Amino acid sequence: MNFDFSDDQKMLKDQARKFLTEKCSTKVVRRILESDEPYDKALWKQIAEMGWLGTAIPEEFGGLGLGHLELCVVAEELGRAVAPVPFSSSVYLATEALLIAGSDAQKKKYLPKLAAGELIGTFAIAEGPQPPSPKTVKATFKGGKLDGTKAPVPDGDVADFAIVLARSADGAGERSLSLAIVDLKGAGVSRRAVKTVDPSRSQAELTFKGAAAEQLGAAGDGWELAKRVLDRAAILMAFEQVGGADACLVMAKDYALNRYAFGRTIASFQAIKHKLADMYVLNELARSNAYFGAWALSTNAADLPEAAAGARISATDAFHNASKENIQTHGGMGFTWELDCHLYYRRSKTLSLALGASRVWKDRLVTHLEKKNVA
Amino acid sequence: MDFNDTPQEAAFRSEVRAWLEANAKPKSALGFSAENPRFQRNEQESLKIAKAWQAKKAEKGYARITWPKENGGLGGTPMQQVIYGQEEAKFDVPSGFFEIGLGMCIPTVTHYASKDVASRYVKPALRGEEIWCQLFSEPSAGSDVAGLKTRAEKDGDDWVINGQKVWTSGAHYSDYGILLTRTDPNVPKHKGLTMFYLSMKSPGVEVRPIKQMSGGANFNEVFFNNVRIPDSQRLGNVGDGWSVALTTLMHERLAVGGGQGGSGPDIKELIGLARETELEDGQAIKNASVREKIAEWYVRGQGLKYTTYRTLTALSQGRVPGPEASIAKIVVAPKMQDLSSFAMDLEDMGGVMVGEDSPLMGAFQQSFMWAPGLRIAGGTDEILKNIIAERVLGLPADIRVDKDIPYNKLPTGR
Repeated sequence: MNFDFSDDQKMLKDQARKFLTEKCSTKVVRRILESDEPYDKALWKQIAEMGWLGTAIPEEFGGLGLGHLELCVVAEELGRAVAPVPFSSSVYLATEALLIAGSDAQKKKYLPKLAAGELIGTFAIAEGPQPPSPKTVKATFKGGKLDGTKAPVPDGDVADFAIVLARSADGAGERSLSLAIVDLKGAGVSRRAVKTVDPSRSQAELTFKGAAAEQLGAAGDGWELAKRVLDRAAILMAFEQVGGADACLVMAKDYALNRYAFGRTIASFQAIKHKLADMYVLNELARSNAYFGAWALSTNAADLPEAAAGARISATDAFHNASKENIQTHGGMGFTWELDCHLYYRRSKTLSLALGASRVWKDRLVTHLEKKNVA
Repeated sequence: MDFNDTPQEAAFRSEVRAWLEANAKPKSALGFSAENPRFQRNEQESLKIAKAWQAKKAEKGYARITWPKENGGLGGTPMQQVIYGQEEAKFDVPSGFFEIGLGMCIPTVTHYASKDVASRYVKPALRGEEIWCQLFSEPSAGSDVAGLKTRAEKDGDDWVINGQKVWTSGAHYSDYGILLTRTDPNVPKHKGLTMFYLSMKSPGVEVRPIKQMSGGANFNEVFFNNVRIPDSQRLGNVGDGWSVALTTLMHERLAVGGGQGGSGPDIKELIGLARETELEDGQAIKNASVREKIAEWYVRGQGLKYTTYRTLTALSQGRVPGPEASIAKIVVAPKMQDLSSFAMDLEDMGGVMVGEDSPLMGAFQQSFMWAPGLRIAGGTDEILKNIIAERVLGLPADIRVDKDIPYNKLPTGR
């Protein structure tokens, strides 16, 4: 039994934490939150220089060729730091999509630049306030041209290209959708930043009018591929969520130990102790489920979809709980703009919706269990 | 990352498996069906089978793998103990009768009694010939066990015991017990306690089963009426009973890897039920609210399973496991209660029926009636949360208003 990260991976994690503590304090997060700047460009540049963007990209395509376990430990630290950079869009989504579905030419064209941070990619599937599905997607990809509107698209205002889920055939069947890569600086593309509950990460509405795009993967494979990309991203994002949840527990604990009321530290009241114990339990469950996801991702296990759903549901639950109860532990101060509690509360909700809500993942999980005839 | 055994672990596993295959039958596939023999045995029969199996294990050194060979163990590692447990769980063998004795009582006796005394008791317990119970909890001392009342008063070379214990698992078939008593009521509660061991056949010991709300009787009340215990059966110094008890409880916490949920129905059974149940709008397994619940409980169960894997990894690498292992019961017990209640809801009006009139022989109903006990036994949810808050997160202990007050001056509310 070796269900843990290696010493090298733990060292990478320590380095990432040290770097982000220094370069990505909540002051940095607040600057993005409170300004029109879409992301922290200086931080992004340094992250690229350290090679994190190409952690799981093979060396032949300009990456470090390490693997997904290494990417998981970096993700946890980015989550802990609430980092205001387009990492998840470019790395978990665009890079993973190209890795699993790209032709050799597409990999050569995009992966080295993604690894170097010269290109930012994103994944555009949502079309407004409802879950995307073969029944609801209206954007079309026909004859090499994209038409329609996608919103919200994470980092859509700053990305250089997007991988778009669009209708390539009539009907509402799963085979009616395809993925297409579109240059967001090309003709026929307009974009508009949208306001969200978490301005420390930018999102946009993308409108396509006959924009030239190239197919990614086989025609009609769009829905199946999108689900595979989301599975992989869900595991990586689960680590971000676990990092964020852990940060909330630390914050709540520190505050409770130092806040006095009724003549004693509030950390001595059972109402607070039990609240923090509950946080700890959910965080540990989430961490363990995320570890299983990491194993499945790094070995391309047959259980990957199930592991992804488990990691996502558990991490979403833990971060949501930790971010809201952290505010509660801080009392009135927790509700101020000045304290950092809201940074995590915002990010928690954003991450929980980014790849589809828990409700959808729970349904998918049970579908996998039924197929496996579980258990 | 992998789930593989090291070569040494793999070798031990195949050794264990070969021995189990030669000496036991694989677990019945009958599950919760009425034909499964485990529903048909009474306690006397189960105990007889368990004693025979324990003797067989002891002969091979498998009865307590981590104990040194001179005490009848195998001199093995905690990981080997876990591997044995994993393999044994695949076979239809009895369990449960000896855990308290071997896991808690005997380690306390060996720690505090003379070598001669210890060697008299260790091997018979190991072979299942003598069963031990733990006499700590009292009617008015549960979570606050140091507030116990049972008196031990010195009379010559003996101590005379009067009082009552409660929730004593297995007292009715036990031969010996370790007993925590109050020897000095004039000092604060933790300071006036003393530990003994005694024969459960001693004159004046009366064991009465407690009928639980679930209908079963797994525990007992034990009454002490002028029971005499020689001073030579004292464990530790007079007044040091609390630190002796902490040794016992520490051994309880060292037990790793066991199935905390017992043999009750879980996700597999819930999915089975949801497939077979027709709701007003179709098959229950197709219902969104049912699917959501299945997913939530499955994720909790898996989270716990992989947490155990993290603990085992530490053991396998010879490290001390992290505190994450402390979350198990606090997850399992409420999940068991909620899951069984939800399964009964699926059965709708029919959910009230138990036994043969109910799916799976009423396993969900049994689980529902047992769950409240699981949330209390071995540390209530609330005490476990205190333990996590204090020992894992480092939050302050509760303020003790009884700390410096002599025991006999404490308010009792009675």
